[in-house]
Amino acid sequence: MIRRTLLATVAALAATATGAFADGHEPLKVGFVYVGPIGDGGWTYQHDQGRLAVEEEFGDRVETIYQENVPEGADAERVITQMALQGADLIFTTSFGYMDPTNAVAAKFPDVKFEHATGFKREHPNVSTYDARFYEGRAVIGHIAGHMTETNKIGYIASFPIPEVIQGINSAYLHASKVNPDVEMVVTWVYTWFDPAKEADAARAMIDQGVDVIMQHTDSTAPQAAAAEANANGGRVFTFGQASDMSEFAPNPRIASIIDDWAPYYIERVGAVLNGTWEQQAHWGGMPEGEVVIGEITSEVPAEVKAEAEQMIADITSGAYHPFTGPINKADGTPWLAEGEVAEDGALAGLDFYVEGIDAEIPN
Amino acid sequence: MIGSIDPALLVAALMVASTPILLAALGELVVERAGVLNLGVEGMMIMGAVTGFMAAVASDNSWVGFLAAMGAGAAMATLFGILTQHLLSNQVATGLALTLFGLGLSALLGQGWVGIKAPGLARLDLGPLSDLPVLGPMLFRHDPLVYVSLALVAATWWVLNRSRAGLVLRAVGESAEAAHALGYDVRGVRMAAIAFGGAMAGLGGAYLSLVRVPAWTEGMTAGAGWIALAIVVFASWRPGRALIGAYLFGGIAVLQLNLQAAGARIPVELLSASPYLATILVLVVISARAKAGGVRGDAPADLGKPFHAAR
Repeated sequence: MIRRTLLATVAALAATATGAFADGHEPLKVGFVYVGPIGDGGWTYQHDQGRLAVEEEFGDRVETIYQENVPEGADAERVITQMALQGADLIFTTSFGYMDPTNAVAAKFPDVKFEHATGFKREHPNVSTYDARFYEGRAVIGHIAGHMTETNKIGYIASFPIPEVIQGINSAYLHASKVNPDVEMVVTWVYTWFDPAKEADAARAMIDQGVDVIMQHTDSTAPQAAAAEANANGGRVFTFGQASDMSEFAPNPRIASIIDDWAPYYIERVGAVLNGTWEQQAHWGGMPEGEVVIGEITSEVPAEVKAEAEQMIADITSGAYHPFTGPINKADGTPWLAEGEVAEDGALAGLDFYVEGIDAEIPN
Repeated sequence: MIGSIDPALLVAALMVASTPILLAALGELVVERAGVLNLGVEGMMIMGAVTGFMAAVASDNSWVGFLAAMGAGAAMATLFGILTQHLLSNQVATGLALTLFGLGLSALLGQGWVGIKAPGLARLDLGPLSDLPVLGPMLFRHDPLVYVSLALVAATWWVLNRSRAGLVLRAVGESAEAAHALGYDVRGVRMAAIAFGGAMAGLGGAYLSLVRVPAWTEGMTAGAGWIALAIVVFASWRPGRALIGAYLFGGIAVLQLNLQAAGARIPVELLSASPYLATILVLVVISARAKAGGVRGDAPADLGKPFHAAR
């Protein structure tokens, strides 16, 4: 009897304690789910920089937690659920493959807010999506690549056949072929976001076949290292930093980079939850919002090409130029965008075809 | 379209791509022939990758890196050995824990080492051999470690099958009780085999971080250790077949990337899955053959069984 009373008292005390905790003194708990390690030097590293920026901005008003190396699929659902059970109030799931798991967990935790990166499903009012217009960056590096290639073969290490990657391939090709009509796009699918050895092998396979400018849509610095090795052995191969600046490989082989800066968005959204103004949205920022940044264009690039690239950055940032401006035909020759027509966001978000000139099939 | 693939470069690339798993598989093969199942290959590899990278950068010498990696792998393996051989913990669970431990510890150790360039390993110049028209770039222009790995295959085969030490090691793996009754130090032999396996896994990891990628990135082994474990079974515990298995797996992995880059009209999904499909296929064929032969495969009889002399 005494024991039962004691237990009840403890339970009551605990309830009061949690109650007291919840009304304003408890820091907002923000969770991040990462597809790779935070030390990948690319995609996940940049998301983690965003997380650190949130901590810096809000100090002890927030507490952040994260989980690295979470495979896309069933494991992700388990990890996200675990985070919600740990009391996270806001969870950022930072890879395309977390789309269905995020929505599934969101259904079970209506009071937790979810932000899914690069996806398009918002099945519940507590799920937002956010993405960056990486294709704006691809336009700039495509332009540089078209000038820099001598073999007229530009390689693209592609991860998964999803709209974000197709946008990148199309945008890079459009702008490379604009300055160099003979350019050929060599796309290699590796079916992974992060596998340094495989990424290096893919880069090497393309270099062996005469590709001299390599773009990557994967997260590690391995392709840069492979290109650096090829150049050390008498090659002439250029690369672009992906997601992160990868400046340790500048000025050669890395001649520029597309940097994802998630800090402004993460700070804005965490602030919105703290203020109680968080609402579901589909956010798609780019160069104007400062989310897509082109890293230093190195001295390997001729001055006039660099100037053109910087002009393009200025035009995209000001809104004067959209990388997908017609006339553009689909790969099968049918028209997509008419003269002067600009691609709509909806069409881009579901992009599933190559533009005219890319001679390859997109895997299903 | 496929004409743009240079077979010489393809073979050269496959030898480089296969070397890490070959080294790790060779080490694990010896461990399993001694009757111990160490599932911590991935953890030992990645510890080798990070330690080798740090040592190589600090000393500006890849060979120092390889030695350090072997030391780190052997140290990890010895930890496994103490737990499983002396404290008789469960081998499967301990091996899995070793993998998790290695992944975590390597990430911690390697934090300040991301984005640094490795000193690099000069390719061997074999004089006239390297200048041969096709065979030169294919076989005679590699870094020295590729040849070291091939020499190790031969040496392992010789020791296992032609030396007294190998006979004792196999006896320990087939019947620890019998070996013990004959007066052999079962635990000592197993500890030595485990340390050798760790050193080889460490060397394979360092080959990844110093030659094949070459850079340190967290989690960079990305499952190579598990492939090495599969290749040991694939090889039915024979060094020569481990070479074939590793080169087959590495070869198909490289070939499919080359086919894609060459624009071959083969579904990419099929190409990407091909290394795994080929491995599964061969495993099925091998086990079917073992069944038809009425034997229980070629696995060492005492594989994974704990041994305690006082029993």
